[in-house]
Amino acid sequence: MSSPNSAYPDTPETQTRPKRHEWPLWEVFIRGQHGMSHRHVGSLHAPDEEMAIKNARDVYTRRNEGVSIWVVEARHIAASSPSEKGPLYEPSESKVYRHPTFFDIPDEVGAM
Amino acid sequence: MSDDALFEFLCRMGDNTLVLGHRVSEWCGHAPVLEEDIALANTALDLIGQTQMWLGLAGEIEGKGRSADDLAMRRDVWDFRNILLVEQPNGDFGQTMMRQFLFDLWHLEMLKALSGSSHDRVAAIAAKSVKEVQYHVERSGDTVIGLGDGTSESHRRMQAALDLLWPYVGEMFVPDHIDAQMSEAGIAPDPGELRATYDARLAEVMTEATLTIPDSGFAHKGGKSGMRHSEHLGHMLTQMQWLQRAYPDATW
Repeated sequence: MSSPNSAYPDTPETQTRPKRHEWPLWEVFIRGQHGMSHRHVGSLHAPDEEMAIKNARDVYTRRNEGVSIWVVEARHIAASSPSEKGPLYEPSESKVYRHPTFFDIPDEVGAM
Repeated sequence: MSDDALFEFLCRMGDNTLVLGHRVSEWCGHAPVLEEDIALANTALDLIGQTQMWLGLAGEIEGKGRSADDLAMRRDVWDFRNILLVEQPNGDFGQTMMRQFLFDLWHLEMLKALSGSSHDRVAAIAAKSVKEVQYHVERSGDTVIGLGDGTSESHRRMQAALDLLWPYVGEMFVPDHIDAQMSEAGIAPDPGELRATYDARLAEVMTEATLTIPDSGFAHKGGKSGMRHSEHLGHMLTQMQWLQRAYPDATW
């Protein structure tokens, strides 16, 4: 499809619109009950951390899912790179002795 | 204190939450962002839940076999006892949040006082509702501050919303003969007593929001007495009550 302004190369093809300012993205972590750890449940947008917690309360705890909420701005999370997964993870595949499966656990101990 | 007066009072509480709950639910699927859409729907559901308790008790006190549903869906405009503020149209998102904050702030103080009511059932409903409303007022207050002290466009809209809705604030605090009977029986506070706390908290939030409270004490009235609702309530009821009007006794 040709651009409507292609006959006038000096004219910008799209009118300059003010950039749409999106609220930053936040990752949400919820602790379901006392003694459990916080788990990642999803993400949302909010203008600041207080509203992020309020939004998390409304989006992720409306069915009584949580007793504690953490939010962290997504840009602050450092993540491993998928392209490096060979060197990062494969070396441990051949080291089964790192799993503590070679011990007999007494029944009294219960679930580990 | 007569049962008639208590019935009137309970209808006031229940009609406020019913009408505002329906108004807020009108945003469902239309709010500016997904997070606000869900938050508004939650608020609407809280208010409708409170309505079931208030109007349910009202029906019992009246003793004519009317349920909360009957009262909500089968009365016409002149029987509604909500204040005029809550029936005002949503306008833009800022206007909706300003209306919400002006109501939430009163609602919280009212429910706190009702938690100590001499009437056990009234006290129990208030105690259950007060936690929900504590959150409503935090959320609406933060949004009023965020938009008031935001861009020049959001500030302009929030000031316009405050100017538009301010004349509907006074009605919440003007006592009448029903309020007098309620406070005499220790069931509910004299609404005038809530004004000082309301004004102090309102001033704090509006200062932070860089908004100016209009210098006028004029107050529209006629909502909670049912004498003079604005035209908007009737239009709202035609939508809200459509199903029961078109198909009386329809059930799921």
